[in-house]
Amino acid sequence: MKPTDTSKADYFHKVVDCQWACPAHTDVPEYIRLIAQGRYSDAYMENRRSNVFPGILGRVCDRPCEPACRRGRVEEKPVAICRLKRVAADHRGDISDRLPTAPKIKNGKKVALIGAGCASLAVANDLAPLGYEITIFEALNATGGLMRTNIPRFRLPPKVLDEEIGYILDMDVDLKFNHRIDSLKDMLDGGEFDAVFVGSGAPRGKNLVIPGRYDSDNIHIGIDWLESVAFEHIKKIGEKVLIIGVGNTAMDCCRTSLRLGSNDVKVMARKPREFFKASAWELEDAEEEEIEIVVNHSPREFVLEKGKLVGMKFDVMEYNIDEKGRIDRGKIVEEVIIPCDDVILAIGQENAFPWIEHDIGIEFNEWDCPIVDTITMMCSREGVFFGGDSAFGPLNIIWAVAHGREAAISIHKYCQGESITDRVPIGVKLASQKMGMHEWSFSNSYDTSERRLMPHMDLKERFKKLDIEVELGFTVDQMVKEVERCLNCDIQTVFTADLCIECDACLDICPVNCLTITANGDEADLRTRLAAPAENHEQALYVSADLPQTGRVMVKDEDLCVHCSLCAERCPTGAWDMQKSEVLLPYATDALNVKPAESDAA
Amino acid sequence: MTYIQKPSITHPGLPKNTLGLTARDYEGTVSTLCAGCGHDSVTAAIIQAVFELNIEPHMLAKMSGIGCSSKTPAYFVSEAHGFNSVHGRMPSVTTGANAANRALTYIGVSGDGDSLSIGVGQFVHAIRRNLNMCYVLENNGVYGLTKGQFSASADIGSKPKKGEANQQEPIDPVSTALSLGATFIARSFSGDKEQLVPLIKGALMHNGFALVDVISPCVTFNDHVGSTKSYAHTREFYHHVVDIDFVPPAEEIKAAYEDGEAMTIELHGGSKIVLRKVDKSYDPTSRASAFKYLREHFNAGEIITGLLYIDESRKEMHDLMGNIDTPLSQLPLDTLHPGADELKNILKRYT
Repeated sequence: MKPTDTSKADYFHKVVDCQWACPAHTDVPEYIRLIAQGRYSDAYMENRRSNVFPGILGRVCDRPCEPACRRGRVEEKPVAICRLKRVAADHRGDISDRLPTAPKIKNGKKVALIGAGCASLAVANDLAPLGYEITIFEALNATGGLMRTNIPRFRLPPKVLDEEIGYILDMDVDLKFNHRIDSLKDMLDGGEFDAVFVGSGAPRGKNLVIPGRYDSDNIHIGIDWLESVAFEHIKKIGEKVLIIGVGNTAMDCCRTSLRLGSNDVKVMARKPREFFKASAWELEDAEEEEIEIVVNHSPREFVLEKGKLVGMKFDVMEYNIDEKGRIDRGKIVEEVIIPCDDVILAIGQENAFPWIEHDIGIEFNEWDCPIVDTITMMCSREGVFFGGDSAFGPLNIIWAVAHGREAAISIHKYCQGESITDRVPIGVKLASQKMGMHEWSFSNSYDTSERRLMPHMDLKERFKKLDIEVELGFTVDQMVKEVERCLNCDIQTVFTADLCIECDACLDICPVNCLTITANGDEADLRTRLAAPAENHEQALYVSADLPQTGRVMVKDEDLCVHCSLCAERCPTGAWDMQKSEVLLPYATDALNVKPAESDAA
Repeated sequence: MTYIQKPSITHPGLPKNTLGLTARDYEGTVSTLCAGCGHDSVTAAIIQAVFELNIEPHMLAKMSGIGCSSKTPAYFVSEAHGFNSVHGRMPSVTTGANAANRALTYIGVSGDGDSLSIGVGQFVHAIRRNLNMCYVLENNGVYGLTKGQFSASADIGSKPKKGEANQQEPIDPVSTALSLGATFIARSFSGDKEQLVPLIKGALMHNGFALVDVISPCVTFNDHVGSTKSYAHTREFYHHVVDIDFVPPAEEIKAAYEDGEAMTIELHGGSKIVLRKVDKSYDPTSRASAFKYLREHFNAGEIITGLLYIDESRKEMHDLMGNIDTPLSQLPLDTLHPGADELKNILKRYT
């Protein structure tokens, strides 16, 4: 193999599995270290720098970082990254003087944001400080979009939402409630705005048209039902409730039902558990509340008696799963009727743009959705940008934030007359963490503690009101343990071949045998000749230049390295060093290739 | 000195031996030697060898004297027996221990100072007795613990970090052992575990005195330009002459060898070693020709490595003395000690 090119930002970025997996590339190890030092406000600001909504995301993020976490590869459970984010938010001090502010004198450009959800808010967060005049058009009379209408209050208290959204709106953002946009053509023709951002979400819950669907008022579409609950239009539900579907919306529907008077909630899944769409932790939380999850039941029809919904008929399915884990279409083994008073359909949602005309230069794809560029977030009509669920279908909050920030870069460049495709690349900065003979700037010893469990509100107390938050947040004892579980993957092992004398000290000390000195070869060959099996091909081999004394190469399998720094500690020549990689993410403020001339002091 | 401990976490794919242990289970405490010391690499090779031989930790005895080298038994097989003796006296203590309990596997770790200066008298007599042990001599040509004075193995012309080059004739442990009749003599290099691990395995399984002289650079006082025991010098001048493959008891020899290259020797316990001659002219079973070859190449400044001499036919100490197989330490006192009356009977033979 050729020596690994670490000059490109991606190489060391990928080693920080959590940060690489995060759509917004939050610097997780850095904020965990700040929490460990008791610097909660700094940890909060570090989070806010990349993901804008630490308090919200610390409760309800889909946390793509956690399945990626290296800790989950060296032992069973990853670091509780999301919970620690909430620690930073819960314990922060007054940060008001550290938030971005809007300049008094605007830059003369106007931007319209459609929808007051997380994607639009992320755009506003980045453009308002640059002097843009921002107008948000919101169809409802509340901010937050899906974060407020679809996520129940017992998971995400309105206070948290209001606070973090307030930070953005306080930057002179003009918010128009009850202002549904019915025609994009009219808005564009009006010519009032220099750019338009569509962050209107994926507002249509999927329907299930089977016999009986339209014969009862007790059959609800999940996201619409949750919205009605959020606005208190619906305050109760029947005793027996069936939820159709087993994604995260289904989890919110079943748990909300329990709080509105139901005492028998069943979540009906078509397939076995390993094919559930819901996140593992949301399933756990629902099952803790004694929700029954019924597998292998495919809905056949609604059963009505005298015009009243009394139950639902299901086909009980049997599936074959092959050795690759693929499931077949299954066969029906019997038919059952399960009694119920209400049914909530939570089988997904989709985009719908009845308000975007087809003759205004926007190209649509086969699903009748505008085609959006995945990097610039612009559609085929210049000046119109998309983000969040309205860009590529339902994702989650952290993706919407990532979209919003990329769109903000594009909008800024577009409004300032620069090419939006010519973007500042992601950079990386390395700095040695050696403090002394055996001192590192970080806690490098491996802590064997297991993942801490989130304490929950008492199982009786929590049902008394709809807005009693279930997760209580980590205690101090839990937090100090959990932060030590982080492996500091951003403190990179950096190797300088010229300095190596091939004494083997690093190979001998490495606790996970990830280092080998051997003759060079191609990757497949090298992987078979390493000190310990390197079977995770998603993780790179870090290959050195030829070593000075024998011409062999140093190979590091990045897979299981616990960043304990013993290789660097035992290296007599400093060929191994521990260097912190800071991934330099460009935001709208850094986006312009030609910086506007500083105005002369008048 | 490293104050952090090696994390207990291991690679999940780590192989296990027949005892269900991984190589990590054969480790000791983290080394307090200088970072980059050759001795740490020898320690790692010993761990690997003992692991691969499926030796039960409590059946191993680690013996040492004084010096950087003699600290190293603390860094492998924590659960083995250990004795850190007076400077240069490790061979005597090992003789005593072995005399009492021949069931243990003995590994002595010594250095060029401990073996060739203060302890040279002990070293040569352990060889003469053909004491059944693996004697690892970590050879770096300097007294590292007292800041780098030349030791008895320093080569003529080797330069110190400061001051004059060495003028005195070195004691070569390999030719010394050869002249004294040692029955297993090997030399290797701490930076070449592929060669070193099988040699240590063979030495541990050999029935008699097995010397493994390991060039083990002192990274602090003897790793500079002009030193003949540096990493760079050793790599430039060392030659494999006879490598070995170790084949455990009841296992077939699987590797394919060229004609005339391989030579199989059966060891006492049923295991075998296959000698792979890199230089086909070399005969590791002939003392006279080995001695000639080694001296010639030594004079040319070459470092000859591998299994340089083996004689599996000679008796080790207990067998020479006609002792029983049961360790003396396990005999009841009345068997071990025949009593005053029996002593009188014995003495009568000589009156």
